[in-house]
Amino acid sequence: MKRLLSLHAFLVYGFLYAPIAVLVLFSFNRDSRNVRWSGFTLDWYFKLFNNVPLQRALWTSLKVGLLATFIASVLGTLAALALTRYQFKGRSAVTALVFLPMAVPEIVMGTSLLTFFVSLGFGLNFWTVVASHIAFCVGYTTATIRSRLQGTSFVYEEAAADLGATPWQTFWLVTLPRIWPGILSGAMLAFTLSFDDFVVTFFTAGIGSGTLPLKIYSMVKFGVTPEVNAISTIALSVTLAVLFLYQKLQPKD
Amino acid sequence: MNRYRPWLLLAPFLIFDLLLVLAPLSTVVWQSLHIVSPDYEMLPGLTLANYKRALDPAYLPALSRSFLYAGTSTFLALLLGYPLAYFIALKAGRYRSTLLVLLMLPFWTSYLVRTYAWMTLLQTEGVINGLLLKLHLIEQPLHMLNTSGAVILGLTYCFLPFATLPIYVALEGLDTRLLEAAEDLGANAWQTFRSVIWPLSLPGVVAGGILSFVPAVGDFVSADILGGPDDHMIGNVIQQQYLGSFNWPFGSALSMLMIVLMGLAMMVYVKTEERGE
Repeated sequence: MKRLLSLHAFLVYGFLYAPIAVLVLFSFNRDSRNVRWSGFTLDWYFKLFNNVPLQRALWTSLKVGLLATFIASVLGTLAALALTRYQFKGRSAVTALVFLPMAVPEIVMGTSLLTFFVSLGFGLNFWTVVASHIAFCVGYTTATIRSRLQGTSFVYEEAAADLGATPWQTFWLVTLPRIWPGILSGAMLAFTLSFDDFVVTFFTAGIGSGTLPLKIYSMVKFGVTPEVNAISTIALSVTLAVLFLYQKLQPKD
Repeated sequence: MNRYRPWLLLAPFLIFDLLLVLAPLSTVVWQSLHIVSPDYEMLPGLTLANYKRALDPAYLPALSRSFLYAGTSTFLALLLGYPLAYFIALKAGRYRSTLLVLLMLPFWTSYLVRTYAWMTLLQTEGVINGLLLKLHLIEQPLHMLNTSGAVILGLTYCFLPFATLPIYVALEGLDTRLLEAAEDLGANAWQTFRSVIWPLSLPGVVAGGILSFVPAVGDFVSADILGGPDDHMIGNVIQQQYLGSFNWPFGSALSMLMIVLMGLAMMVYVKTEERGE
């Protein structure tokens, strides 16, 4: 039985990783079709380095990701503190609100934001993309930080208050350093979600505010080329780099 | 002071959420109750005309296809994911955390890129056909891209980790003493599974099913990239209404209909699983 289960696990992991492996491999393939291996080349990557719109899209993605992550993390930290430290009327309603964006299909998030921005008379631009990314990230940061805070005691804060620290001092010197790992994991989740988001951005980006996934999509529509493989590999690498950094920053417990 | 402090901390979150989640979603509801003039102006007066049109036979195939594809891929993901979760949680020993990270990793990477990866594999001039031709298993390249099978494959592939993780969480918390007790009482492996493990893992199966079903129903990327013109799901129709036909109120009504049907499907699903227990 265990043999059978390990074989199954082996095959499922193969199923999960083989397509990605092939995608990456063929980004280094000399032949312009994704069929046969015909020698190693970095040409497709060099081609990308000369592609100005693509660089702009990558740069937009990074800027949107960093801004949305920062704001969603600040909002999420404050909300998570309120939800775990205080008993108050309406707490379960607020908690439901935190999880709402995760229950709404992405396409509806996108179309609803598009409708909203346009009915307010906003043109679609860089900031509508940032605002939309905050909208779907803030639930995830709040939920992540909240789950990290649950079960931690607040005796240190009480001790600080007893020793005469102001609430502000207590927050900066006691609370923040202690909950930092939770904030970091929430922020990382937000960044990868934002960086990889296609659906919501598809509806809320205007001309010139396209992110990398939008660029990839428009190239995919023209078919399979090693160039798309190469950008996809770059997008994968950014996500993996963030994960790696996070592993390094995480305290060992 | 202390009574207001939680609300003070929540204020920035609530303001953003009100502006960027609740207000936009309400706009969709509001808009779905209006119709547009030929030049895309929203006309005054509430009406259910969009909903009536959404139930028109012209749009039913896409709607039912969404639920069929999402249901099939969720079922396949659970079928593949359950034994995997079982293996990681109870049999993997010291490889457990490595296998878990490997399962989570695809979740962090771009959905679009993973779907594109299948496009490169399935196309007529693709790796799979190349391999099969070389091994002389086929004489003519198979037509795999732009089929409903490809769409279901893409959905299953992308949501497999979503289906597996909650089952893992449920099985990981399993008290192993229960398994020993079952064995001591003379239960064979199948009986132990059927009457101890399966009921205790059911909440994980329900959660995993919902987590893969919800995004799959509303998906349009898989059908767009891997499917043919006859594989359009409701997400594609909604996208078309927004960015092609510019009939946003009708697109809104389709979205609402999708959400309501999704809620109903999940209620039925949870109820049947509960009865299965």
